[in-house]
Amino acid sequence: MDALMNFGQGIFGGAWPAVWALVKIVLIVAPMMLGVAYLTYFERKVIGYMQVRIGPNRVGPWGLIQPIADGLKLLMKEIIVPATANKGIFVIAPMLAIAPALAAWAVVPFTDSLVLANIDASLLYIMAITSMGVYGIILSGWASNSKYAFLGAMRSAAQMVSYEISMGFSLICVLMVSNSLNLVEIVNIQNQGRFADWGLSFLSWNWLPLFPMFLVYLISGVAETNRAPFDVAEGESEIVAGFHVEYSGMAFAVFFLAEYANMILVSALTAIMFLGGWLSPVGFLPDGILWLFAKMSAILFLFLWFRATFPRYRYDQLMRLGWKVFLPICLIWLVVVGVWMMSPLNIWK
Amino acid sequence: MDFQTGVFYFLSAILIFASLRVITARNPVHAALHLILAFFTCGGIWALLQAEFLAIAIILVYVGAVMVLFLFVVMMLDINIDRIRQGFWNYLPLGALLGLLMVMEMGLVLGSKYFQVPAAEAMVPAGVSNTKTIGALMFTDYVYPFELASLILLVGMIAAIVLTYRGPKKSKYTNPNQQVFVKAKDRVRVLQMPVEKD
Repeated sequence: MDALMNFGQGIFGGAWPAVWALVKIVLIVAPMMLGVAYLTYFERKVIGYMQVRIGPNRVGPWGLIQPIADGLKLLMKEIIVPATANKGIFVIAPMLAIAPALAAWAVVPFTDSLVLANIDASLLYIMAITSMGVYGIILSGWASNSKYAFLGAMRSAAQMVSYEISMGFSLICVLMVSNSLNLVEIVNIQNQGRFADWGLSFLSWNWLPLFPMFLVYLISGVAETNRAPFDVAEGESEIVAGFHVEYSGMAFAVFFLAEYANMILVSALTAIMFLGGWLSPVGFLPDGILWLFAKMSAILFLFLWFRATFPRYRYDQLMRLGWKVFLPICLIWLVVVGVWMMSPLNIWK
Repeated sequence: MDFQTGVFYFLSAILIFASLRVITARNPVHAALHLILAFFTCGGIWALLQAEFLAIAIILVYVGAVMVLFLFVVMMLDINIDRIRQGFWNYLPLGALLGLLMVMEMGLVLGSKYFQVPAAEAMVPAGVSNTKTIGALMFTDYVYPFELASLILLVGMIAAIVLTYRGPKKSKYTNPNQQVFVKAKDRVRVLQMPVEKD
């Protein structure tokens, strides 16, 4: 590592820290893009088997090169801008969708030392950045000058604002018990407690004491990423493809990338916040980044499972779930956690 | 000029441009978008001043929530620019007066050093999270103003509901509680009938 640092210093001189940061960004974004590509493959395979089909199986062995072929196809296609669309915003919208999905990864820790920017307020940063993801969808709907797209954008805006509140409340519970906004500390704090001392650290992770919040966060995460059964913004059977109905080629692909990058982000955050991140579930196995990836894959599988098995929520049911079910649960559990922490039974000392 | 000053001028230039476009853009959606850009850049400048909590809070609250709803409303409005321009000269004196007042207030605040008012130095020692500091101050020294502010917000919320509430709903709607408790045998009747032969 030191040799690499010295080599870089020699070549780039004073600009080396900036170049090194860029290298680290590429090292995070490039594998994630590959992850997105294979998540689409995985999705098609998983849903295929759940529906007693085979899924993609023609391009390469077991269809493994299918996502690359799809990507190439989208790259070759023409981007059609509708005649009366607001061209500038039409082009910016996909960028606004993918930028927050990528920027949030700046503070996501992979192990206690492997993190691009270990800042104090990383949880706040994540909440701020992910709350901007909705602009890409709203603006694409508005700029397309199409009724389907506009309906999709309206639905999406209402849905994202509603579910962000319960998502925020569940994160407030997490930061209360960990007494920190730093994601690395939030993970480390989950390694303490009676169960962790017995070598059963998976029972001392946040999911058990904050179980309702874990469920609320997971379900709100599905809603925030506009995935089935909360995909009213796309709603193929009602509004064709919702906000991205007018997009083609790479512009459409960027929306697609943003959705899947957000899925991976939400699964990483759920793993870090509630499932102990890179911590090993039992005492006799070492901690490591592989545990984080395993937990993320399990949650991503849940996303695909939901999509294959649940019918889409009707719009009013979706609003009711967000405002009349999740919000009261969050408010009550917030008080419960507060009282619990002040009582002698406090387990987070 | 060091790097930090360069970043400051860069952000300020964007902020001034975006703020100007908010009031000059003819398309209301463009104006709202520039307002979002202005808030975001403002967050950047605050982060530069080491006020990371405020910087993130303005992005979380204004960019992430308030402006989404604002944009939502602006998109639905049918704004006729010419009709709005009609009253321009009538409102100009009042607007100019308000503008002048705001400039004076800002001058008083920013020029406090010039008027010999000792300004609090905002330097934070390294290693102190200002999120924690603000939280501690808010719930100890400033707890009454803080609670008062939340009360005012609550009043605003109730006022909005009262203003838009138009009596009990007359339209037909489904009752989720009844829907959940529906059993298959309430809806479907299985009949036993003899096999028909032809």
